[in-house]
Amino acid sequence: MRVAVLQFPGSNCDRDVVRAFGVTLGLDTALWWHEDPELPDGTDLVVLPGGFSYGDYLRCGAIAAHAAAMGAVRRFAASGGTVLGICNGFQILCEARLLPGALVRNVGLDFVCKDVTVRVDGHCNRLTARLPYGSRWTMPVAHMEGNFRVDADELATLEARGQIVLRYVDPAAGERGNGANPNGALSDAAAVCNEAGNVIGMMPHPERATTASLGSEDGRALLAGLVESVTRSK
Amino acid sequence: MRARVVVLPRPDILDPQGRAVGHALASLGFGGVQGVRVGRVIDVDLDDRLDRALAAAQVDAMARELLANPVIEDFAVEWPAG
Repeated sequence: MRVAVLQFPGSNCDRDVVRAFGVTLGLDTALWWHEDPELPDGTDLVVLPGGFSYGDYLRCGAIAAHAAAMGAVRRFAASGGTVLGICNGFQILCEARLLPGALVRNVGLDFVCKDVTVRVDGHCNRLTARLPYGSRWTMPVAHMEGNFRVDADELATLEARGQIVLRYVDPAAGERGNGANPNGALSDAAAVCNEAGNVIGMMPHPERATTASLGSEDGRALLAGLVESVTRSK
Repeated sequence: MRARVVVLPRPDILDPQGRAVGHALASLGFGGVQGVRVGRVIDVDLDDRLDRALAAAQVDAMARELLANPVIEDFAVEWPAG
């Protein structure tokens, strides 16, 4: 099992992601510089970490979506490889059209940095396939543009296919609403996958919730579930 | 020659920035404002020797591939004089 963490100028969660997969989960994990057009040999999982790639110029993720390495990410995804985008990585995957929709400015116009609780609402993807349906997980978000938007027809399609795989819920009741949604995302979407379920984007940061000393180990459970799905898909 | 690409959030897409600016205008006492949308203007300077039709096609492609995101934005190309 080999993990490649794609690093752009302005990525700032890259080392946390390397630590989460490499140290916490003990996997063979390496950074992959965005100018390298070749996927590192033997890669089973590509992760696009959070940050401010290219200073978020133009639109978040817009310039990174055209980086040299993204051609290899496209081919990897097209051949069934697993790709996870976290925060800015999610924005990049949307800009690259590997995921539907786009992420726009939070409704409150504030940078939101706090713990959120998300609920598993879709199973047909490699991030949540191994987790109990309806289970709830707590980890931080930290973003200015996490407001998931897509047109009404496509939203209906995403809902029907179960492509909204994690939703923001109230931590106590586990229900939607009640101010649980930190950014105004449609359908309370915290994570979305492509139709095949092998490309997933999420706004919360599982790599920031990997040990009790960080306040939560829920992120570790999510990433471990992803790794198990990837292993089974091989 | 200069191409000006005007990018605006699509009408069906929530524009939190535009909404906030609209509220600010109202609080300044400007009445009758029914909506505000905030976008961006991108000036692209092109070689004057380029064929105009070719240049127009090129700028259109630039807008579609990078300058605007058709999922959330519309764009228009203007050709300001001078």
